[in-house]
Amino acid sequence: MPEQEGRTDSIVRVRGLHYSAGGRDIFAGVDLDFPRGAVTAVMGPSGSGKTTLLRLITGQVRPDRGLVEFDGQDVSKLSRPALYRMRRRMGMLFQNGALLTDLDTYENIAFPLREHARLPERLVRHIVLTKLQAVGLRGAARLMPAELSGGMARRVALARAIVMDPELLVYDEPFVGLDPISMGVVLRLIRRLNDTLGVTSIVVSHDVREITAVADHCHLLSNGRIIASGPPAAVAASAHEDVRQFMHGLPDGPVPFHYPAPDYAEQAREIA
Amino acid sequence: MALDLFRELGDSVQDSLRALGRYAIFGARLAAETPRALLRFRLVVEQVHNAGALSLVIIMLSGLFVGMVLGLQGFDLLERFGSEESLGSAAALGLLKELGPVVTALLFAGRAGTALASELGLMRATDQISAIEMMAVDPVRRVVMPRFLGGIIAMPLLAAIFSMIGLFGAQLVGVQLMGVDQGQFWSQMRGAVELGDVMEGILKSAVFGVACSLVAVYEGYHSVPTAEGVGRATTRTVVISSVSVLLLDYMLTAVML
Repeated sequence: MPEQEGRTDSIVRVRGLHYSAGGRDIFAGVDLDFPRGAVTAVMGPSGSGKTTLLRLITGQVRPDRGLVEFDGQDVSKLSRPALYRMRRRMGMLFQNGALLTDLDTYENIAFPLREHARLPERLVRHIVLTKLQAVGLRGAARLMPAELSGGMARRVALARAIVMDPELLVYDEPFVGLDPISMGVVLRLIRRLNDTLGVTSIVVSHDVREITAVADHCHLLSNGRIIASGPPAAVAASAHEDVRQFMHGLPDGPVPFHYPAPDYAEQAREIA
Repeated sequence: MALDLFRELGDSVQDSLRALGRYAIFGARLAAETPRALLRFRLVVEQVHNAGALSLVIIMLSGLFVGMVLGLQGFDLLERFGSEESLGSAAALGLLKELGPVVTALLFAGRAGTALASELGLMRATDQISAIEMMAVDPVRRVVMPRFLGGIIAMPLLAAIFSMIGLFGAQLVGVQLMGVDQGQFWSQMRGAVELGDVMEGILKSAVFGVACSLVAVYEGYHSVPTAEGVGRATTRTVVISSVSVLLLDYMLTAVML
């Protein structure tokens, strides 16, 4: 089969990625691979470009230089219709869920089905309830987004992300603002959905302990570069100072505790 | 000093022209999407309800009071010439050709326009627009178009209701309060108002509908995704819509007179 010839082990490949915004270099020559069927975590301090990386992979922004490939296709060269065709093979969970506030839970999940396929209502209902059952919220089908807790909203958004049976699931900071129980539920869902649906998952997060517990691979971003890649245990054991500071949450290190400021003693004398 | 002033003036003119160009491109895109959007008429009807039905109370109340003031002022003026029976025709022509479309459009910009702009702005700020794009759905087609068309359809209907209630208000004051003859009031009106006058009002309100809806959806859709950005988009919607309505009103009146 000719289509299979170009198929690599990585569903997403990034090579020599350069991207800057607001006069700041976000990425300065980044190479990354996201293996098929695996849960890959992208970690890094706030402002290190994790969400931007997801936006580049999903074609929401285009790189200044370099290659971002999804299943062998250069994302930045796709026309709008081709980009939309590619996105039908992806599901994305936004940081706050991004549920459509004028639709109830059921209609939010049915939204992509109604937009892309003309299915009989019975089939739509069957699919939506199956996805809601998968995230444990079948009973919340008729609740409005405003009536859902943060964790429930995240799970509904997850059900919506998988409703079109995507090949790639991307999660943007899925644990932000969640209580420990909701966080545990979302963590378990990431792993379970990845394995049972046979998808590839990319999870952007800075919750080190949580995400390394379920990820197969990790990439650690800092200052526009990848400073560590590999299985979570190997990354955690790294002797690299930046990696150690991030993985163990050390308050001081290559990322200093103090924001750059003039000498304190001198400033104190000036005040006196 | 003078050079700086000219440079600033030049920059400002350039910015305005650029903004006008962006409006034109967005408007052309919406026009191109219109036939397809009309096929999903249920979505448009929902927005006619949001923009129209939910503005009814303010439109009816304003119409009533504007009509009552028109009745009072009209009676006072016409009485000086001994022709107070013409109150019906004066009120009808004033409402149908001018006050109905213009005041409705200004109220629409303040009520429905701001609601549209802030809704779209918040959808952008809360990633709903990005989520729709990520579901491989064009947000302009799915979210913006129904709102744009809903506004255009709602405006002439609201203007008609405004004029009708306004006439009732003018009649209430002129006939019931000031003692103008009921028969004269209605017969003079029927004699003076022609189909062309009604069409002028409908055309004006349709044009205002396009302008106000375009401004609201453009500003909302392109707002900066922050609380401040949404607030600014809402304010710009009212200001630009109101000025556009008054400017277009003058141009249309000059052409149709």
